[in-house]
Amino acid sequence: MSSLTFVVLFGVSYGLVLALIAIGLVVTMGLMRVTNLAHGAFAAIGGYVSTGLMTKAGVPFPVAIMIASLAVAAFSIVVERAFFVYLYTATELEQVLLTIGLDFIVIGALTFVYGPNIYSTPLPSYLSANIDLGVRTIETYRLVVVAVSLIVIGGLWYMFDRTTLGARLRAAVDNRTMAQSMGINVPVLFSLTFALGSGLAAFGGALGAPMLPLEPLYPFKYLILVLVVVALSGFGNVKSVVGVAIVVGIVETAGRLFFPGLGAFLIYLLLIVLMIWRRDGLFSARRT
Amino acid sequence: MKPLPRSSILSRYRLRPAELLFWVLPILALFLFPKWLALGTLVLVFALFALSLDLLLGFAGIMSLGHAAFFGIGAYTAGILAIGGWNEAISGVLAAALLCGAGAGIIAPFLLRLTGLPLIMVTVGVASILFEVANKATWLTGGDDGLYGIRMRPLFGFFAWSISGETKFLYAFAWLLISFVIIRRMVSSPFGIALQGIRENTARMRLIGNSVIPHLSIAFIASAMFAGIAGAVWAQTGGFVGLGVLSLDTSIDALVMLVLGGLGSLYGALIGAPVYLIFKHFAQQWNPFYWMFLVGTMLVVVVRFTRGGILGVLKATSERVTGHKKS
Amino acid sequence: MTAALEIQGLNKSFGAIQVARDITLSLEEGARRALIGPNGAGKTTFVSLLSGVVRPDSGRVLLFGQDITSDSASVRTKKGLVRTFQVSNLFGKLSVLENVFLAVSERSNASFDLWTGAGKKRELIDKAEHLIEQLRLTDNIHDPVSQIAYGRQRLVEIALALALEPRVLLLDEPAAGIPHSETDVLLEAVYSLPTNIAILMIEHDMQVVRRFASEVTVLVGGAVLMTGTPKDVMVSEQVREVYLGHAGANRFSSETLHA
Repeated sequence: MSSLTFVVLFGVSYGLVLALIAIGLVVTMGLMRVTNLAHGAFAAIGGYVSTGLMTKAGVPFPVAIMIASLAVAAFSIVVERAFFVYLYTATELEQVLLTIGLDFIVIGALTFVYGPNIYSTPLPSYLSANIDLGVRTIETYRLVVVAVSLIVIGGLWYMFDRTTLGARLRAAVDNRTMAQSMGINVPVLFSLTFALGSGLAAFGGALGAPMLPLEPLYPFKYLILVLVVVALSGFGNVKSVVGVAIVVGIVETAGRLFFPGLGAFLIYLLLIVLMIWRRDGLFSARRT
Repeated sequence: MKPLPRSSILSRYRLRPAELLFWVLPILALFLFPKWLALGTLVLVFALFALSLDLLLGFAGIMSLGHAAFFGIGAYTAGILAIGGWNEAISGVLAAALLCGAGAGIIAPFLLRLTGLPLIMVTVGVASILFEVANKATWLTGGDDGLYGIRMRPLFGFFAWSISGETKFLYAFAWLLISFVIIRRMVSSPFGIALQGIRENTARMRLIGNSVIPHLSIAFIASAMFAGIAGAVWAQTGGFVGLGVLSLDTSIDALVMLVLGGLGSLYGALIGAPVYLIFKHFAQQWNPFYWMFLVGTMLVVVVRFTRGGILGVLKATSERVTGHKKS
Repeated sequence: MTAALEIQGLNKSFGAIQVARDITLSLEEGARRALIGPNGAGKTTFVSLLSGVVRPDSGRVLLFGQDITSDSASVRTKKGLVRTFQVSNLFGKLSVLENVFLAVSERSNASFDLWTGAGKKRELIDKAEHLIEQLRLTDNIHDPVSQIAYGRQRLVEIALALALEPRVLLLDEPAAGIPHSETDVLLEAVYSLPTNIAILMIEHDMQVVRRFASEVTVLVGGAVLMTGTPKDVMVSEQVREVYLGHAGANRFSSETLHA
């Protein structure tokens, strides 16, 4: 029984971090129709910067996360102007290749700055203390992750569904030219959305760093999982991202606990089965 | 009857003089760089691998990041056969090719209905699963340690595999040349023209009477077979097969080589492979992550600033110089 | 005698909107039928249902007596049911010759030839060149299709259709997007299509309809309103009201006076 609760609690917190990273990608892929395989790189940079601030400058955890997220969001606008504007009108192949190239560049740069080994993130003492939940004890940190993620995601949902900015975004997703002729400044909207998505990824990477350890290959390591979440939840639907991400998180955790010999096998199998079976629910119509 | 312009895709089958020149180069390399034959053989093998990927991606438009799956199946098949006692080289390669073709034929109906990101993800997934299987099946593949001591019987009974590597080099060259001729005919045939139509406007091809999946399947199976041949030759000439043959790195290597040289032009693969591998050889002394940085930059620059990699740049320059448009 | 194309009770809804309502009609061999109707009547959807791009919710489609309802688009095309597009849907980067070659190659099942150089298939190229000549496109034969005049692109659409040797041809507004001054060549091509082909043409221009069609079917709100000769249709009160509204009805009556 206790391993079940372990799987659920760990899986949920793991999944919610994935959700934070995935939401940004869902929105940017939906809005800009760009296949962005470099999204994980922003999460990695966010984690590294935040941990760097904590270990080298003694910045407290919550502050480090915020600074890292904002810094990455700002930086991402530069990247967007330099490369993504070209990609909006490029072929899917070019998008895949260029963003993979960006991943490689980031991995190389991270190794240069931080070295090739795992860059561990120390937990502040008030988070590493355990809380007794009755069924089992759990690190406070995990509960905080769940709470913070839900608050942020809730706020995002509110923004998309209830505000004018959200309405404009949804209009631009549905019909870019129409939105433009209605006076919505689409290029600026794109840049801001891209920054929001990347900043969110950085936030997820920074908040989740104690759970998802930082290493140079981070952008690729979690890319598959994030893509699985994105692919299965479609576009612009924040609620389904959360649901799917939690399922993925639980499956991953369960797999690693109960079938340690299988390694990544389970996730890949899940991926293939779902892609082929749930294809109708996904984007990318057959080569139109 | 009007003559076809050279720039038409229907004229692809015509031999250009520059091509014959190109095939002299490896033979020249054999005489000019006798100490570098091991690297040369590697280049020839990967040129074939990249060529198979060009058929898949550049001509059939099927985006795969898991093509190493077939390279690996080919390598392990040849290796296992040799270690198991069957060390006749040519039949080993053919067996590898057949196995890859069969494997591709089985997954084609499922895989080829996908497109875009789901397709990429499934190809990565399949290759990754194969990797894990090879990792676990230590009795067959040697697992993490790999297969050692692959030695082949002299070719045709009397060409021994010398330490200096000439036989290996010429062997790889022969396979590359034969495969190239076949692939070249395929893409210049009405089949190849139809593939182009499918890439241009799939929906319209259907309304012309082309069911699309059969054509893509043929291209996929052929491309798998040639990748298998490349893997088998690699195992036979290198003497060793490790898990790396099935890794994502290998798939991406081929992709980068191809994009660097120029997608969709066959010769792009043959240019990209030597450039990439020679570079990589000298960058070996560096930290592997710095190499990643370089590859990333290469990719970004080629995609963002060139139209068709090295070959594309060469073509554009020659067009501007001579004023002719060539195919 | 079996009808060339028979449609029985075709129904299709997209969510709450019914775009095809129990459509039943039949086309004999050599038919010259125009399909008219107000915008949004479901004409193009109807053609998509016939060509197999969209699946009906219920109903049957028979080609020379053979049930093709469950056949895919490519199979229907191979069986002789060919359509053209209202907005040019060609292989933009390829030349006119290459476009027509693709169609000719498919028709002869040559597209599974993996060995012979395409340019050496003289019979296929000859056929393609012949069609191009017929449609007076020889000047542009080697030009990329996306770079030739739009009116000529519409002619390439017809060349593709003819290359497929259709038994039933669905023309979706062949003259769409071309200014009146330039439609002559295209309309000549349409009027001189082989007489054994059954043709269904979606068209808005009543002058074209009058010259081309021996029968007209009127589609309104996804349902067949009536079928008759062009004259019958034009004097019908029903058609005028539904199709044209009151203002248009006046213009229309002046047209029929000159019929």
